[in-house]
Amino acid sequence: MESTNTFEKQHLLSVQDLHTSFFTDSGEVHAVNGVSFNLDEGEILGIVGESGSGKSVTAYSIMQILASTGKVVGGKILYKGDDLTKWNESKLDKFRGKCVSIIFQDPMTSLNPVFTIGNQLIEAITLHTDKRGAEAKARAIELLSLVGINEPERRLKQYPHEHSGGMRQRVMIAMALACEPDILIADEPTTALDVTIQAQILELIQSLQKKLGMAVILVTHDLGVIAEMCDNIIVMYGGRICERGTASEIFYNPKHEYTKGLLRSIPNVKDMKQRLVPISGTPINILNLPKGCPFCARCENCMKICLQEPPLEIDINENHKASCWMNIKAAFEGGCV
Amino acid sequence: MSTPLIDVRNLKQYFPVKTGLFKTEFLKAVDDVSFSINEGETLGLVGESGCGKTTVGRSILRLYEPTAGEVLYDGVPVTAKNIGRMRQNMQMVFQDPYSSLDPRMTVEDIIGEPLDVHKLYENRAERREKILTLMDYVGLNAEHATRYAHEFSGGQRQRIGIARALAVNPKFIVCDEPVSALDVSIQAQVINMFEDLQVKLGVAYLFIAHDLLVVHHISQRIAVMYLGKIVEMGKADDVNYTSIHPYTQSLMSAVPIPDPDYTRQRHRIVLQGDVPSPLHMPTGCPFRTRCRYACEQCAQEMPPLTDRGGGHMVACWVK
Repeated sequence: MESTNTFEKQHLLSVQDLHTSFFTDSGEVHAVNGVSFNLDEGEILGIVGESGSGKSVTAYSIMQILASTGKVVGGKILYKGDDLTKWNESKLDKFRGKCVSIIFQDPMTSLNPVFTIGNQLIEAITLHTDKRGAEAKARAIELLSLVGINEPERRLKQYPHEHSGGMRQRVMIAMALACEPDILIADEPTTALDVTIQAQILELIQSLQKKLGMAVILVTHDLGVIAEMCDNIIVMYGGRICERGTASEIFYNPKHEYTKGLLRSIPNVKDMKQRLVPISGTPINILNLPKGCPFCARCENCMKICLQEPPLEIDINENHKASCWMNIKAAFEGGCV
Repeated sequence: MSTPLIDVRNLKQYFPVKTGLFKTEFLKAVDDVSFSINEGETLGLVGESGCGKTTVGRSILRLYEPTAGEVLYDGVPVTAKNIGRMRQNMQMVFQDPYSSLDPRMTVEDIIGEPLDVHKLYENRAERREKILTLMDYVGLNAEHATRYAHEFSGGQRQRIGIARALAVNPKFIVCDEPVSALDVSIQAQVINMFEDLQVKLGVAYLFIAHDLLVVHHISQRIAVMYLGKIVEMGKADDVNYTSIHPYTQSLMSAVPIPDPDYTRQRHRIVLQGDVPSPLHMPTGCPFRTRCRYACEQCAQEMPPLTDRGGGHMVACWVK
C-alpha cells in the first residue's frame, strides 16, 4: 500500500490520490481515479498506457494546464512538500517553466507559426528569468546549441515552418529547458517523428537529463521507448495505476493481467513469427467506468470480486507493486496473508 | 519461374510542384522502383515519412497515374483502361479508419458498395448473404450491419474497411499503415486477422507501415525505401538481422525494442541530420548525405540493386 508517512524523505514530486474529471455535456468523465506516485531527483519515470488511460491527463494535472472543462477534484500534488493544487495562478506561473516544464507530442502545433524561433525562445527566457536583450539572446543561442541545433544564430531568425519535425521538437525542448526546470514532462515526445529522428530525440533527452540532473516523466504508449529510457515504469488503464516497478520487473515479471496482455500483444523480439495474443474486447469507455477493476471486462481471469471492488495495490517485492486481485488470491492460497 | 502475382517494373511517380510563378519542378516521390509479390505472400514496405511508400501502393492501384513504368497483375499490364476490372483483383485498406468510411452509409452499404460496383450478386438476398459472410470473416456481428461507422471504435472500423476490401474477393490487397492508428492491444487483433485471412483466402499483401517490429512479424519479405528508391529488399529475417545497407542498419538499430536488457546493451547507430527534401535530391545515392561510408562514387551514380545471395538485394557501392 502507498504509505504517506511524513517522516519519509521528501520527494521532489509526490502525487497523492489524484482524481481529475472533465465536466462534459454527457456527464462527468473520470479521467484519472486515484493515482499516486513519487518522483525523485534525476529519475526517469515512464507512464505507459493506451489512449484514454489517463496518462496525459495525469501529466497535465501536474502542470495545472487542463482544458477549461477539466478539474482536479481530489488528491494532492506536492512539489517539494507544497500542495500546488491550492496555489493561485500567479504562483503557478512562476512554477511552470522554472520548476516543471512540458513538451508535447506535436511540435508542429506547439510553436506559433507567425513568430520566429528566436522570438518565441527569447520570450520564454524573459518571462521566466531576469535576462533581457542581448543577454537573453545569448542564452537562446546557448540553449539551441545545447539541444544540438547547428548554426543557432541563423536558426533564431527562422520560422517554425523552415524546420523539420525533429528540429522543431529540439526547439521545444530548448524552450522547456530555458530556466533549467527540476522536472521535464515529455508527453509522447516522439510519437509524431520517424524512427531515426525518434532515436535522436530520445538520446538528446537522455543526455540532457544526465547533464542537467533533472527528473523526467515520459508519457507514451510505446513500450519500446519505455523499455529504452525509463528507470521506473507506471502502467495505467482506465485512469488507474495497474502496476508499477522497475523496468526489468515490469517487462520480465509482469503481475497485472493488463500488462501481461500488453506484452503478449506486441511481436516477440526473440521469435518474430510467434503468433500475437491480443487482448480481447475494445478499450474502456471512460464515460462508463466499471465499479471494480477497470480492466475486468477484457480480462481472461476476471473473478467475481474484480467486478465489485477495485483491487488493492500490493507489494510484489520492494521494486514492484501491482493492483490485481489475482495476486491477492495467489497470496491467500500461498498462505502469505 | 512462375509469373508473380504482382510485378512492378521501373515504377516512377513524379508530382509537379510549382516553385515559382512560371517554374514547375518535379518531386520524385517514387523513382524507378521494381519488385514483385507472389501469390499469398506478404511484402512489407518500410521507410520514413516522405520516402514514397504510400505512393507506391497508390500507384499500383492507379489512384495516381504513374509517370513511367508498369505494373503487371498475373502477367497482364494494369492500364487506365482495364483498371476498373482490375480492381476486382486488387484492393486497398487505408490508414485512417475514421476518414476512409463514409459517415452517412451503414456498414451494410459500405461493405456492399464494391459488390454493387462490380455487380457481384443476382438478388438482394445474395447481396445480404455475402455481406454477412464478410462481416463474419472480420469478426463483426450480423447486428452491426445497420449501424453507422461512427458507432464503432477504431479497431472495429478498420475491420469494416478490411471487409470492404475483401468484398470483391481480391487476390491482392495494399495495406497502407492499417494498424498505425490503433491502440497496441487492438493492433494485435487486426494483425492476427490479416494473418488468418491470408491463410483462409490466399490473399497477398503489400504491407506498408513504419512500425518495423510489426512489419517484420507479418511479412515474409521486406523492402526498405529511402527517398523514393528501394535500398534493400530480401527475406524479413535477412533485412532485419543481417542488413547490409547502412540506412537499413541505422533504421533497425533505431527501433525501440520492448525488452529493457536487450535494448540497453545493443549498439545503436544514430543518424545525423534530417532526410533531404525530395525536391532537391542529392546526386547519386540519395542516402549519401547522412551515410557514414559515403565515397566519391556515391555522389556520382545511384548504385543498382544487386543480389547479395538468396534474393537479398542491396543498392550500395560501399557495402
